[in-house]
Amino acid sequence: MRLRKSCSGSAAPAVLLAIVLLILVGSTLYFHIAKTWWFPPAITPVGHEIDRQFMITLVATGIVFVLAQVALAWMVFKYRDHGQKASFVRGNHTLEVVWTTATLIIFVGLGVMAQHAWGQVHFGGPAPGAVPIEVTGQQFVWNFRYPGPDGKFGKLNPKLIDASVGNPLGLDPNDPSSKDDIVSPDLYLPVGHPIELLIRSQDVIHSFFVRELRIKQDALPGMIIPIHFTTTTTGDFEITCNQLCGSNHYHMHAMMHVMSDADFQKWEQQQEAQNAQ
Amino acid sequence: MSTHAPSVHHAEAPKGFIRHYIFSLDHKIIGTQYILLGLSAVTIGMILSVLMRIHLGWPNAHIWGFANGIMTPEDYLRTVTMHGTLMVFFVLTTVPQSGFGNYFLPIQIGAPDMAFPRINMLSFWFTFLALIVLLSAAFVPGGAPISGWTAYAPLSALGEIAGPGQGLGQTLWVTSIALFCAASLMSGLNFLATTIDLRAKGLSLMRMPLTVWGWFITACLAVLAFGVLLAACILLLLDRLAFTSFFIPGGLSVSGQLVNHAGGSPLLWQHLFWFFGHPEVYIAILPGMGIISHVLSTFSRKPVFGYKAMVYSLSAIGFLSFTVWGHHMFISGMSPYSAIAFSVLTLVIGVPSAIKTFNWLGTLWGGRIQFTTSMLFAIGFVSLFVTGGLSGIFLAQPALDLYLHDTYYVIGHFHLIMGVAAIFAMFAATYFWFPKMFGKHMNENMGKVHFWFTFIGVYCIFMPMHYLGYEGDARRYSSTESVHYMTEMHTVYLFISIAAIITASAQILFYWNFFMSWIRGKRAEQNPWHGTTLEWSVPTPVPHDNFAGHFPIVYRGPYEYSLPGMADDYVPQHLAPELVARSK
Amino acid sequence: MPQTIVTEELEITGRGGAAKPPSADGGGDDGSFGASAAIPQRIYVTGITIAMGAILMFFMALISAFIVRKGVGNDWRAFELPRILWLNTIILLASSATVVLARRKLGREDREGFHHWWAVTTVLGLFFLAGQLIAWRQMVAGGFYLATNPSSSFFYVLTAAHGLHLLGGICALLYVGWLRLHKLTLATATEVASLYWHFMDGLWVFLFLILLLGR
Repeated sequence: MRLRKSCSGSAAPAVLLAIVLLILVGSTLYFHIAKTWWFPPAITPVGHEIDRQFMITLVATGIVFVLAQVALAWMVFKYRDHGQKASFVRGNHTLEVVWTTATLIIFVGLGVMAQHAWGQVHFGGPAPGAVPIEVTGQQFVWNFRYPGPDGKFGKLNPKLIDASVGNPLGLDPNDPSSKDDIVSPDLYLPVGHPIELLIRSQDVIHSFFVRELRIKQDALPGMIIPIHFTTTTTGDFEITCNQLCGSNHYHMHAMMHVMSDADFQKWEQQQEAQNAQ
Repeated sequence: MSTHAPSVHHAEAPKGFIRHYIFSLDHKIIGTQYILLGLSAVTIGMILSVLMRIHLGWPNAHIWGFANGIMTPEDYLRTVTMHGTLMVFFVLTTVPQSGFGNYFLPIQIGAPDMAFPRINMLSFWFTFLALIVLLSAAFVPGGAPISGWTAYAPLSALGEIAGPGQGLGQTLWVTSIALFCAASLMSGLNFLATTIDLRAKGLSLMRMPLTVWGWFITACLAVLAFGVLLAACILLLLDRLAFTSFFIPGGLSVSGQLVNHAGGSPLLWQHLFWFFGHPEVYIAILPGMGIISHVLSTFSRKPVFGYKAMVYSLSAIGFLSFTVWGHHMFISGMSPYSAIAFSVLTLVIGVPSAIKTFNWLGTLWGGRIQFTTSMLFAIGFVSLFVTGGLSGIFLAQPALDLYLHDTYYVIGHFHLIMGVAAIFAMFAATYFWFPKMFGKHMNENMGKVHFWFTFIGVYCIFMPMHYLGYEGDARRYSSTESVHYMTEMHTVYLFISIAAIITASAQILFYWNFFMSWIRGKRAEQNPWHGTTLEWSVPTPVPHDNFAGHFPIVYRGPYEYSLPGMADDYVPQHLAPELVARSK
Repeated sequence: MPQTIVTEELEITGRGGAAKPPSADGGGDDGSFGASAAIPQRIYVTGITIAMGAILMFFMALISAFIVRKGVGNDWRAFELPRILWLNTIILLASSATVVLARRKLGREDREGFHHWWAVTTVLGLFFLAGQLIAWRQMVAGGFYLATNPSSSFFYVLTAAHGLHLLGGICALLYVGWLRLHKLTLATATEVASLYWHFMDGLWVFLFLILLLGR
């Protein structure tokens, strides 16, 4: 083998690679263990379940990550050209079967474990007594509609949409159910109650996301998509749009206020009083 | 006994500059044209990404090239769209396959050219035309589109009222992609017919180099997937120009204006797009996987570990790639029950990729590793592929995708695989085959500096994006100012931007090395790396019909390195048994 | 790592050992092209087969869009298909029969017979296209334009796409029948063109059924 001397036998590239990979592995482990940049605390039971599934996946993939990068660094160092003859090996059938099976079991196993949390969000209808709230995305604001004391959402008519006169959703004034509908630019929820959000859009695809809920759902024009959850903690949380919807996609921001029962009822009464005027 | 078939009068190269270099029928020239087209596209794409990063790192900075020096939110999204479109289509889909594949597939199988040279030339010029049409979108009223490389409807279907650039710019974008589909279909057809029918005597399927297998499976995917995208583009054009409603539902009000369409389904666009889109990303990586196996073997002086497993895993990835498209749509509103099926299939497709990684490590094990620049990039590929692949395991689970979808985590994941690993495969291929293509050596020392800057740089750019994803930071945001938890992460954005500028600057080393070596690099011998496959058996420069009339017969597999009892540590594929020198 | 050195018979005596006389049209999987720079004729059949697969995927995408769109929007309005489509179908089926006849004549070295039936096929193909245009005019007369209704949209898209591909087939028939061939033998060229023609025929029957039943 007559390659240039500088290529063969040199330990420098191998050592440098080992250093880089060890820094990679070390820093990754550090940032994950220290949770330097991490998820905010979850405020739903399904959120905690999702967090558990995330940790299991992280541990499994983390072990593989560390082993693979270290193995790469070690092999490149140990088998660098220092005049030895390479071992003539075509493969190892047993090894192939073993690592294929192991990988299949781990990967699919992780997927199977994750199904329950997904089902909590999407299979089955709303819990009895769930508070229904309609979430409407449009370029570039969110609006939230409550059915009001009659418990019914009024009819919407796209022809009547006019934010400048305070009718961003196009509520039909001729429909008696629409008179008591509450429309708010921010989302207010009573803590501890099951909630049903009905996600929709007036123009293009948007996406409703609150980190602490651990739930995201695209708002598709032409469809109404329900999601269900129950919150466990009060507080103010940011709502963002997570599907590219146009120029001001970055600016489509709202707040979710989770409050005690008493506070929520106070807020509702305030809104109804304003409606009556 | 002769080692080759009886010599035949071989075709002469055409005279005249235009027919020799511009409208060439020679697969080597066409391959080079594709590589140069890809190099142009990647340059523009990379500059666009640096502009994006400057804007995110220093939001108030004046950026040259924009009106008043300000990058508006529309400008940012136009940059995002053009960056993605250029990189995915005109770099990742062209260079590894139509670039290197065109050049080396016929030679590696012992053929004089591709099956259909005229169609080959046509496919290049269609690609060139598609690039021109795409770039022209930036210069028309309204500018380039802002809907991303994925062009989701209705944003992409509604026309100008949906946003700036969504008028003529978007129409040009769709037209460009439709032309690109036609080009890719022609190219894929050529690759398949060539590999099926033009292999040299003795070159059975299981003796093909893994590069050929990579190109072959990729061509299968291309032929089956691009027709679907073409259909989707046609329907989208009709929605935009002919008032049909394939993708636009009724009752829409855009900025207070009623839309006169009804009944269409935005999800239909996503299904059609991603049915193409997922095989597409495997089209981007499969040739790279073949090249990496090839390079790792050559510079470990060992056969590829588990050649058969490598072939089966390439085939499995190819087949399964058509069954997983829904994992891009977990959050889209499609049936949550179908999400389970797509999730399981997506996790299953991770298995053959893992097998390949184990086999790459197995190839290195017990080897005699030479640290050429090409080999460094191949080793880097393995590291990057592991990292990028593992983050896919999170995204494959819908329960976790609920949080991570459309965050920077996804950007980190697909960049590590496509925007870095696949690029590393292209670098490995360039440093490896440059001596054969241009008869000169690239500067190895400069190449090594290029490698280290790039390898460290890309990890500095894309690892932090996973942490931004943990914080829930959304992608395709032109500014972090509206969301408190995104503003808090500004230091990380800044770090990424600085890393991006340094890494992009380091690529100058590559450009310099590439062009300077082409012009006055050190002359290369015929087989500088002591490779076994057929491209190293032909002289440099490669004759017009590749073999100067003496087409080879193949006697053995492609990676016969370090055979016990041989004088050399490699036995070329075309060497007749009686001519192989044994050790004393 | 466990001992995995695989000692085996060295594979340097490969299958290429005793040189078989190379045949111009190549052998099977072992890859036996290599006699000369001549491209084997069967490659054109391989090529058209691959092309048919790609084209089929294109139409399958349109058909699945058809099925989804029909199921999703509640605005699908069925309409009566123009009657001439039945005649067009028969014409196209007949042209498949005539193309088979033409190839048989060629096989028996009857050049005149070949050209006769090849011309009949081409003319039938042109009649089919004319008939499709008449069908379009009948649609317009009935008030069904491209954007009138999703059902009419798909009608136009599917028939136009098929018609354009068929036009390509007619060009192939003309080229093969009357222009000078360079790399292909007439036998191969007619095989390739007729394969494509049967594919266009079968595809039309399939599309027609979809339009009929999916109405």
